[in-house]
Parts: sequence; structure tokens; C-alpha cells
Amino acid sequence: MHELSVCQSLLGEVERVAAANDATDVSKIIVAVGPLSGVEAPLLARAFEVARMGTIAEHAMLEVETLPAVVWCKSCALETPVPANALLCGRCGSWKVELRSGSELLLTRVELITRADGVSASG
Amino acid sequence: MCEQCGCAATPKVVHVSGHAGIVSAKAARSQSVEILTGILSENDHQAAHNREHLDARGVLAINLMSAPGSGKTSLLEATIDAVGDRLRIAAIEGDLETENDARRIRAKGVPAIQITTGNACHLDAHMVHDALHALDLDAIDILFVENVGNLVCPASFDLGQHANVTLLAVTEGDDKPAKYPVMFRTSDLVVLSKTDLLGVLDDFSIEEAERHIRALANPAPVLRVSARRADTLTPWIAWLETQLAACRGGAMRRPHPARAHIHRHAAE
Repeated sequence: MHELSVCQSLLGEVERVAAANDATDVSKIIVAVGPLSGVEAPLLARAFEVARMGTIAEHAMLEVETLPAVVWCKSCALETPVPANALLCGRCGSWKVELRSGSELLLTRVELITRADGVSASG
Repeated sequence: MCEQCGCAATPKVVHVSGHAGIVSAKAARSQSVEILTGILSENDHQAAHNREHLDARGVLAINLMSAPGSGKTSLLEATIDAVGDRLRIAAIEGDLETENDARRIRAKGVPAIQITTGNACHLDAHMVHDALHALDLDAIDILFVENVGNLVCPASFDLGQHANVTLLAVTEGDDKPAKYPVMFRTSDLVVLSKTDLLGVLDDFSIEEAERHIRALANPAPVLRVSARRADTLTPWIAWLETQLAACRGGAMRRPHPARAHIHRHAAE
């Protein structure tokens, strides 16, 4: 259960973004997670409920976008969506493929609340 | 492609969200900030720093991972015996509790730092950094970081190592790589351990284990080792020496990851 550590790192990143934008609150956090990142989306969501307490993201909603595992076969010049434990070309079955998607563990967007009369964010 | 750092991620079109119905409509406004950063970027930065530290001293760092009881510490003990004075070894030992493993390594005359994680299921780059400062890196050729026995969580945390080595004991079942793909996909070498027991096990197929590793698109060598039989260690020691030479030749240097780039977008 390392999702709590992952959440704490996530909140650290969010706090940095919030501070850089003089935000007073965070309304939404969007992350992208692949099946080969080692992080389970439902566990991450549950850990977030606990980890957000007392942080600037205390009222934030977490949206987890799950990404597919996709491999690229050089000899077939083909991308195939695959299960996480069978990274094989969908046409020729070769394992000599590149992972094109599936290992992501990314913070992609944060929605912040800033004061209307604040110094931050014009335009 | 991302224009900021050249990574493959494609930023989505920026959404400018209006008032999200939150508190005082007049006093607050909502702002959407597009970011593309690893959630673990703080750890990744520390890991890159650790690697620079190790590179500067010519130390090869190996992250040794496996399920509990697969023989990581026994492999280290046998390795220390096998290399004698040829290579200077040190170890960082990760466990939830006890100094037992560090004591076993120190008994071989090799420096060992024990990290006890309490209830944490993995080592992270910050823990390893603290341990690095307790070691004389100028007196080390190869540093083994023996991770917490766990095939799940350690796979997600870069420690600053140059290579991942995963042990799979032949008593465990040859389908472990299919069950724990995240760990085995990122292994640079898989060591099948306790192979002296193969004679009494009729349900472990080395070919099957290797097939499951290849199904993770992983070309990693698979070595058969018994810590009880010194002759089986030869390919393992040869692999370590090759890695050390590559590390010292600069072939294992990686660029420091770009710090998160914050794209500030329109607010209303």
C-alpha cells in the first residue's frame, strides 16, 4: 500500500503549483495513471481522502484518468493495446516491442481558486 | 510533443474553467493550471541527485529487489566471499524492523547501513540519500541497496541506482513475473535463486519463468544462482564487473529530470 506515499508526493506537487499561483484553495486535481505505474486508481482515490486533510487541497476533488498499456512493434510498424503482463505485438506476437503508454504516473492539471483582487493570474 | 521539456506527453487543450460555484462569487475566481509532471518528481529529483553523487565517486549502485525470503542477503554474503579483495562492496539494507541483515553483511567485513522503515513497504530516494552520507563512497566499488522484501511497492520508487536486479527463488513459482509485471518489467537482470533446490522441485520451469519475463518486453538476462554453490556465481560476478565498467565509463549517466513546468493559463 504505497498509494499513501504517492498521494503525499502528489499533494507536495499541488502545493507547489498553488503557491506559485497565489491560490487560496484547490478545487480539482487531475492525474493520469497507467497500469504499469504500480499505482491502482481506486486505492489512490481512497488514500487521497486521507492525505488531503490539512493541506491546501483539503476541499479538492481528485480525478484519475486511467491510461491503456500500448506497445509499438518496429517490424510491424503497429501499435497494439495490451494487457499489463503480456506486452506482445498484436499482429506478430513478438516481445521485441516498445512501451508507448502504460507506465505514466502524472499530474496533468490543477484547478485553483484565487482571489479576484489578488496579484496572480491575469490573462 | 511537449515544448517545455521535449517529453512525449501531449498537453491537452487548456480549459478555462469559470466560477466553480465556490464560496464568494465576487471574491474568488477559478484558474486552471496545466502541468505535466511526474507525481513522484520530488523522489525522482532526489534519486537523480543520489546518482550524480555515486557517479562522481565511480560507485555502481544496484537496487536488489525480491519477495521476502528469496535470498537477497544470502546472495550478498556469497558475493562478498566470491569477490574477495577484487571489488570493494558496501550495502544499504532496508527492512521494516531489525538490524539483522546489516549485521550479517558487517560480519563479512563489509560496511552496511540498516534502514528500518517502520511500516513503510519500500525504500525511497530520501532514505537512501541519508544512508549514502553515512558511507565512505571513495572506498566502494559496488553499493548494493537491498530493498524491502516486496514485489509491489519498491518498483515505483527510483533510488538513484544504476540497475535493478530482481531475485526469483525457484521455490516461488515460475509465473511470478506474470503476477508482478511492474517489478519484472523494469528489472535489468533477473536472478533465479536457490537453484540447488531444482532437483527436488518438479513444478518450476526455468523456460516458463523466462517466457513470462520476455512477455513484459524485457530482454534482461536471466541467471541461475545458488548462494550455496560458489561456481554458480561466476556469471553474476561477471555481470557486475561489466556494469561497473559501464558505470565508470559514463555509459550509465542519465540526464537530470526537468523540474515540473507550470503552465499558467487564463483565469476569469
